[in-house]
Amino acid sequence: MKRYSVFAIAREALRHHSGWDRAWASPEPRASYDVVIVGAGGHGLATAYYLGKNFGITNVAVIEKGWLGGGNTGRNTTIIRSNYLQDPSAAIYEKARSLYETLSQDLNYNVMFSPRGVMMLAQTHHEVRGYLRTAHANALQGVATEFITPQRVKELCPIMNIDGPRYPVLGALWQPRGGTARHDAVAWGYARACSAMGMHIIQQCEVKGVRSEGGAVTGVETTKGFIGCNKLGIVVAGHSGQVADMAGFRLPVEAVALQALVSEPIKPCMDVVVMANTVHGYMSQSDKGEMVIGGGTDGFNNFTQRGSFHHIEETLRALVETFPMLSRLKMLRQWGGIVDMTGDRSPIISKTPLGNCFINCGWGTGGFKAIPGSGWAMAELMAKGEPGPLARDFNLWRFREGQFIDESVAAGVAH
Amino acid sequence: MSTRLASGGRLIDRKTTQKFTFNGTWLSGFSGDTLASALLANDQMLVGRSFKYHRPRGILASGPEEPNALVNLGRDDRLEPNQRTTTTPLFDGLQATSQNHWPSLEFDIGVVNNYAARFLPAGFYYKTFIHPRAAWKHLFEPVIRKSAGLGRAPKDRDADRYEQAYAFCDVLVVGGGIAGLQAALSAGRRGDRVILLEQAAHWGGRAPVDGDAVGGMAAGDWLTAALEELHALPNVTLRAACTATGVYDHGYVLAAESLADATPGDGRPRQRLWRIRAGRIVTATGAIERPLSFAGNDIPGVMLAAAMRDYVVNHAVSPGDRTVIVTNNDDAYRTALVLRDAGLAVPVILDARPAPAGPLVEAARARGIRIEAGRAIAKVQGGKRVTGVQICLQAGEGAVLEEISCDAVAMSGGWSPVVHLWSHCGGKLNWDDRLSAFLPDPARPPLNHDGRAMVTPAGAAAGIFEPDAILTSGEVAGADPDSLGEVQDELLARQSVVVPPVWVMPQGARADLRAKMWLDFQNDVKVSDVQLAAREGYESVEHTKRYTTLGMATDQGKLSNINGLAVLAQALGEDIPQVGTTTFRPPYTPVTLGTLAGEARGEIFQPLRRTPVHGWHESHGAYFEPVGLWRRPYCYPRSGESHADAVKREVLNTRAGLGLLDASTLGKIIVKGPDAGRFLDMLYTNMMSTLPVGKCRYGLMCNEQGFLSDDGVVARLDEDTWLCHTTSGGADRIHGWMEDWLQCEWWDWKVYTANLTEHYAQIAVVGPKARALLEKLGGMDVSKEALPFMAWSEGSLAGIPARAFRISFSGELSYEIAVPASQGLAFWEACLAAGAEFGISPYGTEALHVMRAEKGFIMIGDETDGTVTPLDLGLAWAVSKKKADFLGKRGMERNHLSSPDRWQLVGFETLDGSVIPDGAYILAEGSNDNGQRNVQGRVTSTYYSPTLKHGIAMGLLHHGPSRMGEVVEFNKTDGGTVKARVADPVFYDKTGEKQNV
Ligand SMILES: Cc1cc2nc3c(=O)[nH]c(=O)nc-3n(C[C@H](O)[C@H](O)[C@H](O)COP(=O)(O)OP(=O)(O)OC[C@H]3O[C@@H](n4cnc5c(N)ncnc54)[C@H](O)[C@@H]3O)c2cc1C
Repeated sequence: MKRYSVFAIAREALRHHSGWDRAWASPEPRASYDVVIVGAGGHGLATAYYLGKNFGITNVAVIEKGWLGGGNTGRNTTIIRSNYLQDPSAAIYEKARSLYETLSQDLNYNVMFSPRGVMMLAQTHHEVRGYLRTAHANALQGVATEFITPQRVKELCPIMNIDGPRYPVLGALWQPRGGTARHDAVAWGYARACSAMGMHIIQQCEVKGVRSEGGAVTGVETTKGFIGCNKLGIVVAGHSGQVADMAGFRLPVEAVALQALVSEPIKPCMDVVVMANTVHGYMSQSDKGEMVIGGGTDGFNNFTQRGSFHHIEETLRALVETFPMLSRLKMLRQWGGIVDMTGDRSPIISKTPLGNCFINCGWGTGGFKAIPGSGWAMAELMAKGEPGPLARDFNLWRFREGQFIDESVAAGVAH
Repeated sequence: MSTRLASGGRLIDRKTTQKFTFNGTWLSGFSGDTLASALLANDQMLVGRSFKYHRPRGILASGPEEPNALVNLGRDDRLEPNQRTTTTPLFDGLQATSQNHWPSLEFDIGVVNNYAARFLPAGFYYKTFIHPRAAWKHLFEPVIRKSAGLGRAPKDRDADRYEQAYAFCDVLVVGGGIAGLQAALSAGRRGDRVILLEQAAHWGGRAPVDGDAVGGMAAGDWLTAALEELHALPNVTLRAACTATGVYDHGYVLAAESLADATPGDGRPRQRLWRIRAGRIVTATGAIERPLSFAGNDIPGVMLAAAMRDYVVNHAVSPGDRTVIVTNNDDAYRTALVLRDAGLAVPVILDARPAPAGPLVEAARARGIRIEAGRAIAKVQGGKRVTGVQICLQAGEGAVLEEISCDAVAMSGGWSPVVHLWSHCGGKLNWDDRLSAFLPDPARPPLNHDGRAMVTPAGAAAGIFEPDAILTSGEVAGADPDSLGEVQDELLARQSVVVPPVWVMPQGARADLRAKMWLDFQNDVKVSDVQLAAREGYESVEHTKRYTTLGMATDQGKLSNINGLAVLAQALGEDIPQVGTTTFRPPYTPVTLGTLAGEARGEIFQPLRRTPVHGWHESHGAYFEPVGLWRRPYCYPRSGESHADAVKREVLNTRAGLGLLDASTLGKIIVKGPDAGRFLDMLYTNMMSTLPVGKCRYGLMCNEQGFLSDDGVVARLDEDTWLCHTTSGGADRIHGWMEDWLQCEWWDWKVYTANLTEHYAQIAVVGPKARALLEKLGGMDVSKEALPFMAWSEGSLAGIPARAFRISFSGELSYEIAVPASQGLAFWEACLAAGAEFGISPYGTEALHVMRAEKGFIMIGDETDGTVTPLDLGLAWAVSKKKADFLGKRGMERNHLSSPDRWQLVGFETLDGSVIPDGAYILAEGSNDNGQRNVQGRVTSTYYSPTLKHGIAMGLLHHGPSRMGEVVEFNKTDGGTVKARVADPVFYDKTGEKQNV
């Protein structure tokens, strides 16, 4: 793998960029692998990467039915934060956030992690108390957050209207080292690094069945034939229910559409990420200048990657009210993704009823930020066969026992 | 130079001059001009700078597909960035400034990017700026952000307003060209309710400009007749300047109509959003001309051939004096003829085809225009304006055969049918080799609720380009969509239009030329960038699009997508259909966010629910807090009083004398029917069926998981009627919850529910003098005997029909009086008047919270957060052990919920009398495997108690109730701690004497 750098670009410029290698190979599948991961989203690719990097396991295939990074990893609004309430959540999201800090250097691929700061607005007294609670929890979890005054909110984000007549801003939970990253680059950077370790990323290959023998997995049926494996990781987000079904177990997961949109690009006017849960909308400005906007999920289950219009409208109402200068900008694109929601709005990183078959799903509306941490924890689980401290609480059995890691406590939707 | 012609111009009115400014300079145009045509008429060819390389750019198109000519329109509270000049009608006083340059349009420092372009290929930023780590955030990113971004960010609140409206029709026709007009005619004549939308301000689309006969008449005459008939049909509605932007499931279509864009400040809404529910949709959306990819195709003066024709015919503007035409199809010959007719020079037509032929070619030849077959442009010369072209063989590598001087180039690479609306809801496309274009596949349309085709394409949108064939396709789409597929196949087979693929010009262009061929003009994506993406393995269209940003500019790839796709397919050695398109997503053209948000701003940003007493609160200086869609008084500060002092006063006044609370927001749900008791027994954790008529009972509701979700007092009104009070925020949710169970699970139970929250005002009369006040109001026996604690009775008070509930959330003697909403204010005022002698004073939600905390009463949302069970809160007494089942029973029995190891409710008193900070956790020894400090509980409610004059708190603590008297430590966010003693959560009047008098 040729390293990327300013010098490499200069060298290539002289020969019209004819010497760049493929970022990742496009191999035919082998008959079997030590580990097969289903789903080349961020979580699947990161799992493969840390299997190689942390455990030296490189006889790995990542199987993707479409194109890598084309699921929610390539559709999300890229908010990265770790100011979660519950201990297990704060641990894994903070692990992920701290890995993001050095991910570009680690992968030699600029994922444009931009710790510009994330603020979550409190617009009711109830919300103030909720965020104060999170701030107290974060202080003990080693997550740097702070509850800030409306004046400070205004300083950090001058385009915000903090004293609207209905929901004046009463303060905000501020995580200065939260931010955004370039979503495609995260998938591509991991893919390139996996490919460089000799792993196979097999695109346009859909898993259609899971084969097992004596209660343990032996491989997967795919549109490119049977592929054997010793261990299987299912990391398919919105399609988890279907693939789990192939492996013979059911999941407490629902699929719903979550939408986002961007405005036309304008010159920089917002340096932070703002989330407003009472009025329900959130926004940041991309490096291209587009205002990146998201809202809530549809109230019904479906698998079409488009949502209903009324959500877009509600979200825009909320944001135009919060940021009056938005009114004359234009919506450029809207899209949706299918998110996998668990009952407690926390993910599942777990062994399954099928031997040597592991699952990582349930990241719902907020798993982009978790990609490095999730991959790290999933790789440990798959390599050792038992979860480490990051994954332990996120087991599948917690629903049966009632041992929830309820994050909806802190916010209706956790992006 | 570009200039206004002495005569002509279908759409302009030379009698009405309109003055406008561009970059501060006053210019003038005519009514009927677009900003683009007016700029061209003033020889303003250079209008903007591109996104990445800051290259000088001119006007390329004449419609919404324009990628270059975007301006900041208006200023201050009417500033609109990125406005397309080609769709902006000119008006007197219009102010526009060009974008994305510093210090000026003519001289832009950012153009260094252009000279460094070879160091900035597609995706260069992924490969660099990696070291040093901090530099990305502090150096590279800010520079990148500043140099990108296009238009200026508005600062002010928008001065305009927007409205939204609904419409319904049998047939929605999108596009007011001849196909759409014909479709509207045929559907309208059948009596269907028809809505016809056209994005431009005028009707007729391309036909009046292109000049062919339509239905045996001159296009203009046909148009007049068609419009006349449509206007006369009462079942047909026509809307121009109205763009259908998105098609959603079940025939739901959004359209944005421009109302006052050209008359700012006239008092009307600026734009209107239509939400149209259509039985079916005809997309007669036409086609968009494609650029050709030759070196320098982005230099100002290079224009789409049809756009150039538009400017000459519609606006009498000539973009250049000497125009070279370059094409791969016949259509561009029309432009040559139009230019000649206007007396302008056309030195040569370069036709990439080896042997062009046909009536248009012959007509050009007959006019003596030089035609060069098999030729291409090797390179356009010029910087801020075209000065000439170098000619080469299309089949070669770009060796220059000849140079021709010219000041404009008109190009045509064929046409792409507008298939966006067809595709939004899943309509599929076929690649058509004759047209080199994607066409809607009539066999795979988007489906309606009834499984039939929801969208039918007509005319150029279906790849049909000859006028009479277009009329036939419009006719069939309007009247008989089921047979459309067949008819379309036939029309397509019969038409003579052929567009051979010419994706790169010349075919074997060298690398240096490919690096100057623009595909996506705005985002500066060139042929070489797409080829680089393919080489690096970004092989799927989606990867290429994202890696290069092809098609992601404000024109949404209208000009670039097919060209880019073709280059990608070539690079991969695949067919175009194999590579496939990216997904078409709404909106078709960008829509103003204000229009999408509509009228919901400021006070009416969300519906505002007002209690009958709301106006009184407002006029008496209440400080409000939002509670759901309600606004409730938090407290009633007197002049000079802080909120904290007001709360203190309200608490003390109520405890000592008499307080009045507007509790009208409390949920009030009637549950009635023979099975109502059984139903409530399932819903609540305790028994409700056994509640005697005339009595009240406090009840708890859990979700299936066993976690507490709502609470409130239930009163039994008669044998089969119960009135369930819910929390203020919970009323709608709980009513929905009830209906969910009744409609989905227990649908055969005879129960009826009605949410009567807004039918009653409910006013709490609270304090030792409460009874005295009600007695003074008179009309009802409210004595201890007649109306004991937890009973209710009906009668009248102060002459107003009332139901009095003897319940207390403050620990005081207290009555909640429900009166008809219409008399709520009268009753409130009667209480205040009569209560003056008892020192009555209203109190708000914060005093309510403080008083309930002093009494150790839980509050949903404070003590509960979706993870807390009734048992955790010491409410085991309200959880029935007898009932066979209730919602949450099984959930509660699970290991973790029934474990004795849970955090349980207790009270806390700080050792120093201070108030524990909101949200604090109780520290435990050590830390967990993830390095997080261990905790053993947390505070749930914490207040200064005016009654006790020190801080009090409730909270959850591991094994709490067995640890009374123990001292624990709460954390503070500044790293400090607060020590508090574990106590009984009932701080005030532990025996309940005060409420039970
Ligand atoms: C609109 C929107 C906004 C969001 N905003 C944020 C945000 O701001 N911050 C944040 O942290 N998170 C956000 N999220 C959530 C985040 O995108 C996801 O949690 C995360 O990307 C999930 O990554 P993944 O790798 O698990 O799933 P995906 O990226 O969806 O990858 C799963 C992959 O599995 C493949 N697959 C499925 N079935 C099969 C099969 N049978 N065979 C082979 N392959 C298969 C899919 O094609 C897909 O590529 C948002 C999500 C959406 C939709």
